[in-house]
Amino acid sequence: MFSPDDRPMNSQFAVRVAVLGAGALIAFSIIFFRLWYLEVLSGDDYLVQAQENRTRSITVQAPRGKILDRNEKPLVENRTAPSLQVRPAELPQRTGEANDVLKELAKVSRMKYKRIKREIKEQTAELPASPVTLKRDAPAKLVYHLAERADMFPGVTADEITVRKYPNGNLASHLFGFVSEVNEDQLAQPQYEELNLGDQIGAAGLEAQYDNVLRGRNGAIEVPVDSFGNPRGRSISEIEPERGDDLVLSIDKNIQKVGEQAIAQFGKPAAFVVMNVNDGAVLGMGSFPNFDPSIYTPPVSFDKIEELTEDPAEPLFSNATQSGYPTGSTFKLVTGTASLEEDLTTPTEPIADTGVFDYAGRPWKNAGSQAYGSVNTTRALQVSSDIYFYKMGIRSEEARDGAEADENAFAKWATRLGFGSATGIDLPSENAGLVPTPEWRNELFEEATDPKSCGGTDVVFDFERECFETVDRQWSVGDMMNLSVGQGDLQATPLQLALAYATVANGGRVVRPHVAQKALSPLGRTEQEITPAPQRELNISDSTRSTIMEGIRQAAMEPGGTSAAIFGPGYPIEIAGKTGTAETTGPEGGIVDQSWYAAVAPFDDPQIAVVVTVEGGGFGSEAAAPATEQIIREYATRYLDVPKKAFTEGASDDAEATAAGVAGAGD
Amino acid sequence: MVSPSPKSFEEERTAGVPPRAGLLQMDPVTAFAGIALVATSVFVLAQTTQDFVPDNPFHYVIRQSIYGVVGVAAMLALARIDYSRFREIRVGLYAALIATIILVLFVGNEVNGARRWIEFPFFNFQPSELGKLLLIVALAGFVIDRARRQSEVQRTARLLLLGVVPALIVLVQPDLGTALVYGVVTLSVLFVAGISWTHFAALGGLAVGAIAITLVLAPAIGVPVLSGEQQERLTSFLEPSDDPADASYQQNQALIAVGSGGRTGLGDEATQARAGFLPEGETDFIFAVTAERWGFVGGAFLLSLYALLIWRALRITTLSKNLFGSTIAAGIAAMLLFQVFVNVGMNIGVMPVTGMPLPLMTFGGSSVLVTFMAIGLLQSVYIQAQLNSPSRGNPKAL
Repeated sequence: MFSPDDRPMNSQFAVRVAVLGAGALIAFSIIFFRLWYLEVLSGDDYLVQAQENRTRSITVQAPRGKILDRNEKPLVENRTAPSLQVRPAELPQRTGEANDVLKELAKVSRMKYKRIKREIKEQTAELPASPVTLKRDAPAKLVYHLAERADMFPGVTADEITVRKYPNGNLASHLFGFVSEVNEDQLAQPQYEELNLGDQIGAAGLEAQYDNVLRGRNGAIEVPVDSFGNPRGRSISEIEPERGDDLVLSIDKNIQKVGEQAIAQFGKPAAFVVMNVNDGAVLGMGSFPNFDPSIYTPPVSFDKIEELTEDPAEPLFSNATQSGYPTGSTFKLVTGTASLEEDLTTPTEPIADTGVFDYAGRPWKNAGSQAYGSVNTTRALQVSSDIYFYKMGIRSEEARDGAEADENAFAKWATRLGFGSATGIDLPSENAGLVPTPEWRNELFEEATDPKSCGGTDVVFDFERECFETVDRQWSVGDMMNLSVGQGDLQATPLQLALAYATVANGGRVVRPHVAQKALSPLGRTEQEITPAPQRELNISDSTRSTIMEGIRQAAMEPGGTSAAIFGPGYPIEIAGKTGTAETTGPEGGIVDQSWYAAVAPFDDPQIAVVVTVEGGGFGSEAAAPATEQIIREYATRYLDVPKKAFTEGASDDAEATAAGVAGAGD
Repeated sequence: MVSPSPKSFEEERTAGVPPRAGLLQMDPVTAFAGIALVATSVFVLAQTTQDFVPDNPFHYVIRQSIYGVVGVAAMLALARIDYSRFREIRVGLYAALIATIILVLFVGNEVNGARRWIEFPFFNFQPSELGKLLLIVALAGFVIDRARRQSEVQRTARLLLLGVVPALIVLVQPDLGTALVYGVVTLSVLFVAGISWTHFAALGGLAVGAIAITLVLAPAIGVPVLSGEQQERLTSFLEPSDDPADASYQQNQALIAVGSGGRTGLGDEATQARAGFLPEGETDFIFAVTAERWGFVGGAFLLSLYALLIWRALRITTLSKNLFGSTIAAGIAAMLLFQVFVNVGMNIGVMPVTGMPLPLMTFGGSSVLVTFMAIGLLQSVYIQAQLNSPSRGNPKAL
């Protein structure tokens, strides 16, 4: 009856269909619950992802604020520069053709093809929809070339970007630092958390120190995009970029310029500092040799930067804040103050200056072995008597409580006046310097004599131990005597010296030096006053202050003073100033004289402290003093209403005529 | 075949009863599910593909509508034919299957590196799609044909070979998705036709082994069985990527599309497909597009239509008057289920991305037409069962 396949619905068949049905049930259950999970339970997460997908925020770089001098004259500005960009989505669709465009681009832009490919890959991974920047500040020729052949370079554009401009060339180059693109490590820091790769931040100097002032708030355009990053339709929202605030410095461009010229004239490494004695505002600060800060603005030439960093003259190094020099006789202001305040002497006690005397097994003498007879503090400062201060050094050493005690008059006051620690100026990489103490010296000695150690200063080879043996010495009275005249192991920056002079001049207030004065909004409103509080107040008696100030006034103004030939009685304003000649090791070895001058002006109402130093410049009166005079002249004509011709008539002619004659015995 | 009732019916038919009488006996639920699905497809395409073809917002809508109409006509035509006649031409059907899928290798139109289509003036025909149905019918024929003549093992092996040969041919195109459908169809036909459980267990083990060899062992010893793209598609769905050319990127975007749909969908706010993040929005990923725009509600609606269709197919399996019809219906049910599961699965991240159409939803003439033909066959089985059964209502419950 039934053909072979006609069969009743047997149980075996029913089971198999049931298995199929069960499979269907399982499959649908999986799909259904997965769909439930995706859409109902985690829908919100995916909604966020979809929104991130379909809009792209295009960053509009905000220009940085300008850096202005105290009279709001521009020191650092912005300019726009064309940057070479590629929009990968607009390149030809076929990989081969796109590569041909990029190869041609590599040829005309003189970039390596591989580098272009790498930049595109890396930047696209970071910001998929944004154009890839290949070169900032593309040369005009390249821009025209690309513009003329736009059809040959689909997806390649040259857009304007903002870069730094330095209208005054090398002026104040050590202050500004430079701007660079934020790197990935920096992005992890909280202060940069709003930024994206490719954004600009201050990388050194004031640009870094006041990055939060100068950096603007980047704008953003939120646009709907397709999967290739091409905009579809109008932008959804726009945030206007906000330019950064301008940074007004306390620097006076004119004083800065005169100061830089004054120190540059010797052609030797030099530095100057002009600082307000009352609030620490720096009016001028420079170092020679200097450099062109625009070397760091795009297009950055790595060869040129390498040339700068490899230059043996170290133009990137600021001698004003990063150096460590013995300051020679200018340090007598510190040891003089210490001697009076610690009762090593009195202002009137006469000390015999015989020009030479033997102590601790060696002769100690004045410059040129000149004898000044009976001298007190004031006179000793006026003529810069080394003998007087050597004797103060002996007293300081004798006053120490036994060999172990570290406390001594000179180290105590040097430290109080700011030596041996950073001044806290608003510039990075400041050198703390060194105030030599018995403890420091003896520790070095212990280290050096430790048989296990090969440390220390003087090194000879011990053949028996096959080891470099270090020979050092313990602290001795000679160290104290050297310190009394600013020699020996003392290390200080010109800024520290200026701070010490300012402190004595203002009666004991150790100010905190600063070059930035205020932040100015783009509309000209003062957003922030930068007035750092003084570091500390010292108790310097009026008698000490007036004795010391009178001594260095006489050094500059009275006949017989070490710099009287430069300033002298006929000088239009009364100042106080001290020469210094530090014996240092010259670049070719051997002892050379480093010229120092530290001044306070005007004498009766101190406003500024000026320090100039010239490495290998000779005696203080030879290089540093005349340079200081040029700076003070500029200050006096601009701030003290002293007419220019007051300097050109009479006095200065006399001064220059006599300068050479006095120079030899000046210190 | 001599029960009185059908005979009298056949007499009626031959006596000039309008053929429409047969159509009225179709399973309305099955017909509804199929037509509802293609209508939904047209609706979804109308809402989401306006921007896909420049200057022609109705490109997909018009074509899919035509395919739907032609498909429904094919369904009606097939429903009228007694499927039992196909048993007689099973060798011819099988030969046609093999011939067309080999032919396409030579005259096929190459798209994205695969030769799957034969170009016609208005229509690119995909023989491997029709092959799915040809394979089901031919195998069902062979199953019964050889039911009594051979040992169990021989029978299983031969039938298996008949299924594996076309699967290997389409794998060469390359078309992994279709090859898998052929495999599943073969297994389900064997299963329903009653090959022994032990054989089936052995086959299962073999399949697992084959998958392991193709995906892991063969590439490891340097004999790639699958093309690089296929290999990547199958394995990379576990590691998301940002490269739009990557299978895992597509899947990730599909997940975002589905997930962002939420309970009731984003409506016009849906952008994953329209903005081009999700490729293949009219074909492989149309489920994701639907779920993005109409949310869980839309997705569940689609799933319920498929559930309805597959339930009816299984039901017709049990209703069939003979094993041939049952086997065909079961093969069709398995084909539909497998395609729905793999396609929706890859849209929602539970299956790897393989080029697998979502029956009646995915834009494409061959798939729509063949699916409707499959439904037509189901109807034919149903109608024949009705004619064969004394009580026309609900003769055999599942």
